[in-house]
Amino acid sequence: MKAFANLLDRLSYSPSRNAKLRLMRDYFRHTPDPDRGWALAVLTSGLPFSFPLRRTLMDMMTRRMDPELFRLSRDYVGDTAETIALMWDAPLPARDMAGTGAASTMDPEPAGQTPPPPAAAEVAPSLRLSEVVEELALVGRNELAPRLEGWLDQLDATGRWALLKLLTGALRVGVSARLAKAAVAELADLGVDEIEEIWHALTPPYQSLFAWLEGRGPKPDVGEALVFRPLMLSHPLEAADWAALDLAQFAAEWKWDGIRVQVAAGNGAVKLFSRTGEDISSAFPDLVDKWHFDAVLDGELLVVRDGQVAPFNDLQQRLNRKRVSKREMEQFPAHVRLYDALALDGEDLRQLPLLTRRVHLDAWFSQRRPACSDLSELIGLADKAQLQQLWSQTRATGIEGIMLKRRDSGYVAGRPKGLWWKWKRAPLTLDCVLMYAQRGSGKRSSYYSDYTFGAWRTNASGAAELVPVGKAYFGFTDKELLEIDRWVRTHTIESFGPVRAVQPELVFEVAFDAVQKSTRHKSGVAMRFPRIHRIRWDKPGAEADRLETLLAMLEAPGS
Amino acid sequence: MGNMRNSGTPIAGMAVDAAGLYCAPGDFHIDPTRPVARAIITHGHADHARPGHGAVLATPDTIAILKTRLGEDAAGSFQALPYGEPLGLGGVTLRLAPAGHILGSAQVVIDHKGARAVVSGDYKLDPDPTAVPSELVRCHLFVTEATFGLPVFRHEPVREEIGKLLTSVGANADRTHLIGAYGLGKTQRLIALLRAAGFDRPIWLHGANAALCQLYQARGIDLGALAHVSEATSKLPGEIVFSPPSALSDRWSRRLTEPLTAFASGWMRVRARARQKGVELPLVISDHCDWPGLITTIAATGAEDIWVTHGREEALVHQIGLMGMRGRALALIGYEENEGE
Repeated sequence: MKAFANLLDRLSYSPSRNAKLRLMRDYFRHTPDPDRGWALAVLTSGLPFSFPLRRTLMDMMTRRMDPELFRLSRDYVGDTAETIALMWDAPLPARDMAGTGAASTMDPEPAGQTPPPPAAAEVAPSLRLSEVVEELALVGRNELAPRLEGWLDQLDATGRWALLKLLTGALRVGVSARLAKAAVAELADLGVDEIEEIWHALTPPYQSLFAWLEGRGPKPDVGEALVFRPLMLSHPLEAADWAALDLAQFAAEWKWDGIRVQVAAGNGAVKLFSRTGEDISSAFPDLVDKWHFDAVLDGELLVVRDGQVAPFNDLQQRLNRKRVSKREMEQFPAHVRLYDALALDGEDLRQLPLLTRRVHLDAWFSQRRPACSDLSELIGLADKAQLQQLWSQTRATGIEGIMLKRRDSGYVAGRPKGLWWKWKRAPLTLDCVLMYAQRGSGKRSSYYSDYTFGAWRTNASGAAELVPVGKAYFGFTDKELLEIDRWVRTHTIESFGPVRAVQPELVFEVAFDAVQKSTRHKSGVAMRFPRIHRIRWDKPGAEADRLETLLAMLEAPGS
Repeated sequence: MGNMRNSGTPIAGMAVDAAGLYCAPGDFHIDPTRPVARAIITHGHADHARPGHGAVLATPDTIAILKTRLGEDAAGSFQALPYGEPLGLGGVTLRLAPAGHILGSAQVVIDHKGARAVVSGDYKLDPDPTAVPSELVRCHLFVTEATFGLPVFRHEPVREEIGKLLTSVGANADRTHLIGAYGLGKTQRLIALLRAAGFDRPIWLHGANAALCQLYQARGIDLGALAHVSEATSKLPGEIVFSPPSALSDRWSRRLTEPLTAFASGWMRVRARARQKGVELPLVISDHCDWPGLITTIAATGAEDIWVTHGREEALVHQIGLMGMRGRALALIGYEENEGE
């Protein structure tokens, strides 16, 4: 438990991806089974149970601590679980602590060294993560409190913090499932895709996986399990690529504005995987329950109403959740638009050329007609001028851009160069005013590199004011970063920790893919993929764009 | 706060005036926050040792620190009083007892008409190779600080925190470990603790830390090989660099290799505080008492009256009441609430 607690602690303070990878790899290398496997489970899919702790914790606190001291501490720390973790073993006030030496009988000689404070609770080396996890799987809700109290007594402050995090199921240490798998892959110098390919056939605590990675066992057998096959990804099409491209070798498709998914089905089961291999089936019963086939398909998850693709914002209502209500399924009907087949009826097609795969897919689809799905059409095209013309209209038609795929390309996992290109629609741009700059982390820790920018609006009293519309931390060169950093330092109005408010004078031309309604932002809208396109040193702050201009760019529903 | 009341007659003549703690029968202030005629200085930190007093009395080490930090003419005159030597001053007898806070730090023990007051200045109980360990002095009135006066504050065993640092240095040979620490006391203590843990490579210093490290070494505290970052011929991958906290994310740090910033302070116990600083490696090491240290010390002095000078007084005074003693929050202005910043 101590090693796991230290890992979570260090992860929570390490901002950089590489630092996190290194911490996890070292942990997996030095921690025995089955503890490391449970840790991997916690970092990837989470544990299969969670406990509502608020009540339990409050009950424990009232029994153990002075309420006034707890209140003052909670106010200071700002988080109940952390406060409890920190003050769990604080000495209780005791009236007899003053001892017998009342001042009237005071010894005039110095009493010598102060006795050491009470020893910190010994960290029991015996308490292991696996022990905690295995017991939690068995305990009933009512048995949790005494068990938890016993564990808290055995742990130090970091251990208690980690245990409470584990129980509430919300780690928030900035690690994605994929990053944890990447760290595991590094044990054997493998790519993360090799883990993804077998992941869904594995179960915690993953002993067979570690045995294989350490050369002590065979590669785990996938057998009949529905597993994720790493996707073939595309490169953004730059001007030079476009110029060199021989269009005759390529097929074109629309780039749909949804999320990439893989459908894996067979033996009466269906799984829906996200682009990174996360199993999202449970949130889409309206799809998986309707499908009965044996295939591995590649496509785009969309919300489609009456044959019309809804804006991305609608799809977002269905994402990042474990369950879905009937009403949500009706309001935001899910749909998959298919564009490739990795396997059909048990036959692996990945070696075949793209167009051959498409022929198989079309034939299979016209025969099976699976519900809530259709095929992504191939765009017939004559020449580059015509394609350019189609591309320039994508925004107006609510399409994200155009995909160009080599006709003879096999299905290659990863991001092979020159086979598939994505040609995103031209971005929207808005001239915004820099409002706040925040110091970055890692290599950028001495640079103000994260920018919050705003647009003008007229407030209730008729005065012009800036309202934040977005945040970006890339799009500029190292040299420009240095210049902006210098500007921020000389135009600061106020500092709050790592953040500086600056004079409203520096204009950024911000590029973004789209703008959506948002209740989380003061401006009522949020930009998708904002980045700093150009720094307008020449433009006075007062001449930057107004919020109304941005609102006019909102995607019309159903466009 | 029902238990906050003054006892009828001042104990050992102690009182509070506009400059801070004042002993009338001895006619001197202790750590005054504005210039006075006669001052006893407990230790060399800027909020306790200010320039411009007439006569200053302190331990020999503290006087050396004062002269280095503030100049030879920081006071009209200096009088050195080693630990334990009694001195009659006006109507009182006083002596200085070790406080364990930093080099030269002292508690002021004042005896007057059979009553004793102890003004502890800042003190700690944790091990520190650069300071004489604090001495417990039984008394009637104990004056304490409360920087970490909340039960959530407990400093980790220093050996473990140093171990955490050395583990990180070992695992990140391609990065510079940049440690932000208060330039007087904390920096030298951390260096000495690293030496005690077996780290024997040169330790690199920001220019602002050099003079006080030199002073410590001149006064017989071994800090091993020290070097100046300004003279480094590489970007110091795998090395340990000390800088003032203010330089942690300053442009100065660009001369280092992907610095991994560490910060040593009792505040690092609380996650929101550590995150706010943007540190990657928080080290819970302090030169002040943690909560158990404060309450065991207070109890062990046997005092009936406890004055709390500054910090989180509310919780500590509440706790003192629960322990059956009289606590009084002085809320003195001018002492730093922030350790190490």
